Amino acid sequence: MQVSYYPGCTLEGTAVDYAASIAAVAPLLEVELIELEDWNCCGASAAHSINHTLALELPVRNVLIAWEAGRDLVVPCALCFNRLKVAEKALAGPEGRKWGPPPPRPLKIWDLLDYFSQPALLQTLKDKVVRPLTGLRAVCYYGCLAARPPKVTDKEDYEDPQNMEAILQVLGAEPVDWSFKTDCCGAGLTVARPDLIEALVQRLYDRALAAEAECFVVSCQMCQANLDLPQRRIAKKTGRPYYLPVLYFTELMGLALGHPDVSNWLGKHLTDPRPLLQSKNLL
Amino acid sequence: METSHTEIGGEALKPGFALAARLREAHLAVDACYQCKKCSSGCPLTFAMDLLPDQVIRLALLGQEDLVLRATTPWVCSSCETCTTRCPNGIDIAGVMDWLKEEALRRGYAVPQEQVSRFHQSFLEAVRLGGGRLSEPLLLGLYSIKSGKTLEKLKSGELKEEILLGWELARRGRLRLRPPKRLKGAPEIARMFQAAQERP
Ligand code: SF4
Ligand code: SF4
Repeated sequence: MQVSYYPGCTLEGTAVDYAASIAAVAPLLEVELIELEDWNCCGASAAHSINHTLALELPVRNVLIAWEAGRDLVVPCALCFNRLKVAEKALAGPEGRKWGPPPPRPLKIWDLLDYFSQPALLQTLKDKVVRPLTGLRAVCYYGCLAARPPKVTDKEDYEDPQNMEAILQVLGAEPVDWSFKTDCCGAGLTVARPDLIEALVQRLYDRALAAEAECFVVSCQMCQANLDLPQRRIAKKTGRPYYLPVLYFTELMGLALGHPDVSNWLGKHLTDPRPLLQSKNLL
Repeated sequence: METSHTEIGGEALKPGFALAARLREAHLAVDACYQCKKCSSGCPLTFAMDLLPDQVIRLALLGQEDLVLRATTPWVCSSCETCTTRCPNGIDIAGVMDWLKEEALRRGYAVPQEQVSRFHQSFLEAVRLGGGRLSEPLLLGLYSIKSGKTLEKLKSGELKEEILLGWELARRGRLRLRPPKRLKGAPEIARMFQAAQERP
């Protein structure tokens, strides 16, 4: 199955672990990710916060390239996904024609998690699990922008999504139910207001622990960075010994499918997930 | 007429219609707000705000430009879209927050959260300089220069934390100093930035 792929800027930079795990598991699911030719930055929070023109022009260029390529487009970053969907809506709206005619065949923009949790791919995944993740208790954390607002994302289960849990179940792990899977972690303010995100993130740690989870599983590199990078700092400030590794769902897929590079990806995290996985005899 | 005035902080305010009209033009109409406060109830950042999201909407509807353009609220809003998702009247509250940030900058209002505005400006500058893709080290460099808080950060220990974090990332191969790939569309993207700057 061929599909266009928009990695986004962070997957070329700080999120190399996410990028590598995606590149490794896609072929195992018989998915060929074809990187979008000459893609550019989606503009992210910066553009939509202070420059509404760039907030559209930048992602519109990418959607036009995707139309030209003629394949559905898969996006791993929730923020990029959101901005590309905004651009898609603008192209379909009253002012859309200024960018040219619509595509002959409408194509779909997917966020990676939705794409990988299509029923057929879940079945493939199930057939290929060689190392079930037995006993791994995880909360699934979806964050904000892959789902909200639904009039942009076209999602139905935006308050209580279930597809990451579905993947974990197929992998043999134990997804733990909790009520905070779409609460905001404040990623956009990480650099400018670390004090604010510490409050939001600590709340998520405490809620995950209250649900007796041992780790977070995420599908967005902004959420990953925001929960992982400040963990030691927050532990030090609060005097609470938080140890909650933050894993990409694609890393867990790689682990359950027996991919040899898993340990490399995990070694890029600041809160090292390997001791947890070793204690469960999963690594 | 005294009775038609709204009171906030003990001051009598005269309602006006211009702001609501401009928001309507920007497809961000606030007229239908009936003050149910659902937006504020679900907002994760109210603890850092001076006006609650529902108050921002109400004040915008009443034309209180000065109050909403000076507010901290839009700058600490994380754009999580919970409010916009849940508003029973389809008001795009998060969109209004963005509009207010851009308008406050454009009109030269003193930004109450300069760190945030400088971060956004540095981000766009880094994408422009990078020819269309973001280099994270360039962003962080530009932001540190722009924010100019080096001495304060040094004293509070924040700088040490930042350098340590940078080192932790670099030694894991996650901070790559090379510039982003040169895009074929670089001239087109440069024109986008140019046009976006020249617009009124
Ligand atoms: S949720 Fe909508 S209608 Fe209710 S107070 Fe907020 S903006 Fe007004
Ligand atoms: S988008 Fe902003 S105002 Fe709305 S709920 Fe999120 S943080 Fe609050």
